[in-house]
Amino acid sequence: MATQDVTEDVSPGRASFLYDPRIRSLFVQIVVVLLLILGVWWIVDNTLENLRRSNISTGFDFLKGRSGFDISDQLIAYSSNSTYGRALVVGIANTLMVAVTGIIAATIIGFLVGIGRLSNNWLIRKIATVYVEIFRNIPPLLVILFWYQGVLALLPNVRGSYVLPFGSYLNSRGFYLPSPVWGEGAWLVLAGLAIGVALSYFVARRAKARQAATGQQFPVFLTSVALILGMPLLGFFLAGMPLTFDLPQKGAFNLNGGLNIKPEFLSLFLALSFYTASFIAEIVRAGILGVSRGQTEAAAALGLSSSQSLRMVVIPQAMRIVIPPLTSQYLNLTKNSSLAVAIGYPDLYAVGGTILNQTGQAIEVVVVFMVVYLTISLLTSLLMNWFNAKMALNER
Amino acid sequence: MKGASMAATPGSIVHSPNKIRTLRRDKRVVVMKTVIKMLVGAGVLAASAATASAATLDDVKAKGFLQCGVNTGLAGFSAPDNKGEWTGLDADFCRAVAAAVFGDGTKVKFTGLSAKDRFTALQSGEIDMLSRNTTWTINRDTALGFNFAGVTYYDGQGFMINSKKLEGITSVMQLSGASICVQAGTTTELNLADYFRANNMEYNPVVFEKFEEANAAYDSGRCDAYTTDQSGLYGVRLQMASPDDHVVLPEIISKEPLGPAVRQGDDQWLDVVKWTYFALLNAEEAGVTQANVEEMKNSANPDIKRMLGTEAETKIGTDLGLTNDWVVNIIKATGNYGEIFERNVGSGSPLKIARGVNALWTKGGLQYGMPIR
Repeated sequence: MATQDVTEDVSPGRASFLYDPRIRSLFVQIVVVLLLILGVWWIVDNTLENLRRSNISTGFDFLKGRSGFDISDQLIAYSSNSTYGRALVVGIANTLMVAVTGIIAATIIGFLVGIGRLSNNWLIRKIATVYVEIFRNIPPLLVILFWYQGVLALLPNVRGSYVLPFGSYLNSRGFYLPSPVWGEGAWLVLAGLAIGVALSYFVARRAKARQAATGQQFPVFLTSVALILGMPLLGFFLAGMPLTFDLPQKGAFNLNGGLNIKPEFLSLFLALSFYTASFIAEIVRAGILGVSRGQTEAAAALGLSSSQSLRMVVIPQAMRIVIPPLTSQYLNLTKNSSLAVAIGYPDLYAVGGTILNQTGQAIEVVVVFMVVYLTISLLTSLLMNWFNAKMALNER
Repeated sequence: MKGASMAATPGSIVHSPNKIRTLRRDKRVVVMKTVIKMLVGAGVLAASAATASAATLDDVKAKGFLQCGVNTGLAGFSAPDNKGEWTGLDADFCRAVAAAVFGDGTKVKFTGLSAKDRFTALQSGEIDMLSRNTTWTINRDTALGFNFAGVTYYDGQGFMINSKKLEGITSVMQLSGASICVQAGTTTELNLADYFRANNMEYNPVVFEKFEEANAAYDSGRCDAYTTDQSGLYGVRLQMASPDDHVVLPEIISKEPLGPAVRQGDDQWLDVVKWTYFALLNAEEAGVTQANVEEMKNSANPDIKRMLGTEAETKIGTDLGLTNDWVVNIIKATGNYGEIFERNVGSGSPLKIARGVNALWTKGGLQYGMPIR
């Protein structure tokens, strides 16, 4: 009988050392790990040997060398006299810039369109559907080129710039805005902002506690807006309005001064946000549909208005379904930003490519690419997992 | 419970724990075998790079064609024509080398490469030779592990502007503050930075990976000026919507000796490419052309006899690892250097570039073929 087999087989001491399942399993695992290490070592050693034999330099010393090339968009100080390492940092900063702004814009557009797809209004619903179907079904590179060559390149040249309010201009070289120049005492504005945020937080907590205790409501949202806008404004006037603007001026070739958002960044930002937003919209729609209808009905029975039930009942529950796939979309957006190379936006991949070509150190540069994208992605995941855990159902 | 279920299905297969263990072990063996296969596969990939560096001539002969890296589309140097044939000075040089090796100039496969991809392609052994308007620099000769076989075109970096849009600009010195389109990973990009810095001028670089993207951006007015090798500017100009509006500014800001490159550490292959280039120059100097090469084989001139391999007991070709009629094959396939030049970039082409410094040394230029002797 089978039961007898079991007792016979597992009884300790009787099975030979060779046939002990735990030891065998351990042995096999150790062998596999050793083989893996050996294999990796062999590949690395072989590659190094081949590089040496082909007289190609190796190692990361090249990062200290003078780069010799210029980069158009720089968030940190950089010139052609800076090192290759610094050029890479400029590229990383540009990648982060487009990823962060793109994620924010994609989330806002995605949520609006996602909710719009479930609207009772026929027109809004159809527009949202058409938006999703168009952008979701076009490759992102094409969307980028559409914005770059199909929209922004067709704007008038510098002399024929569109003049926008507040001294801004729009032309084929991008978007020119007045850049603020802060004078003495500007810290008061920042301090005002900090106080405003802190006070809003405090008010929100008190209002929640009061509602829980007495059932009375307090207009938290309006108060917070007033505080967050009002306190910096107060600081601004107290400091004697320490703000001037650097206006874009017409120069010989371009508009000089002010803040120039270049068409390369603009098209990448717009394309990535619009493309990713179409996926986020579907995720949001799925999330909202995933909340059972009984919840909305119960909220209505309690006397909550439809916006209240959306805000306080449906969305908090939908978020639990939405966040995990949302993380994947954020990661996709970050990685798609490497398509910048097609339109000459100097992101990590474009700058790294130039360095690769200049120094010929392909393996090292590719290692840098992998490490940086991996780090950015893991950090994004970590943040989103934390947020997910916070939003998850508290089972008591 | 267990007994009951077994009793209900006496005929069913019940795995004894022993059997289950065996099954698991089999699975493990399969997994291990897969892992080993993957490791070996990766190792073969890594190891294959070693064979690529040595004896390129034998490899080329064995596979029956020359894999040549060229520009994806630079008029006059290498660009596919309307029949899909690669034409241009760089492409013809590939054909000359193929003719030297095989006696047949058509045994070439072309690989179109961007400026960024070209060096990796040569290093990895994807191509046998790079003939893609590439500037000979010490960094590429040493750190990148290449050898340049000669200078097939002496060039210099220039600037082009649209004279309709920018009236009154006649010098690069007036370009301070301009947006300038440039291709990524080129010596051009570096010279541009150095030149503007040295002259205390500002500029906005707009950098593209592909030549075509940079052209399109300049044509659409994204940039005020376009910079690349001067020969390239003439080629780009022809591709613009209205070529006559575009003016190449007079300044040349750098030396750009363009030539074919091969991997370091294979002297025999370097010799083949280098002497193909010298043969083209020597043929022009001796007046041997595509039309008269057969006739010239009967020439009494000892220099021509030696070059064309008609001298008795000659070993020049075989010492190179080729046949003794290698020069005849080259000239039959492409003509001499002068013919290649005139056909692709000179008077016989839309570019109409004068020989200038690319004339033979006997005519005041820099092209000087080492003696075949």
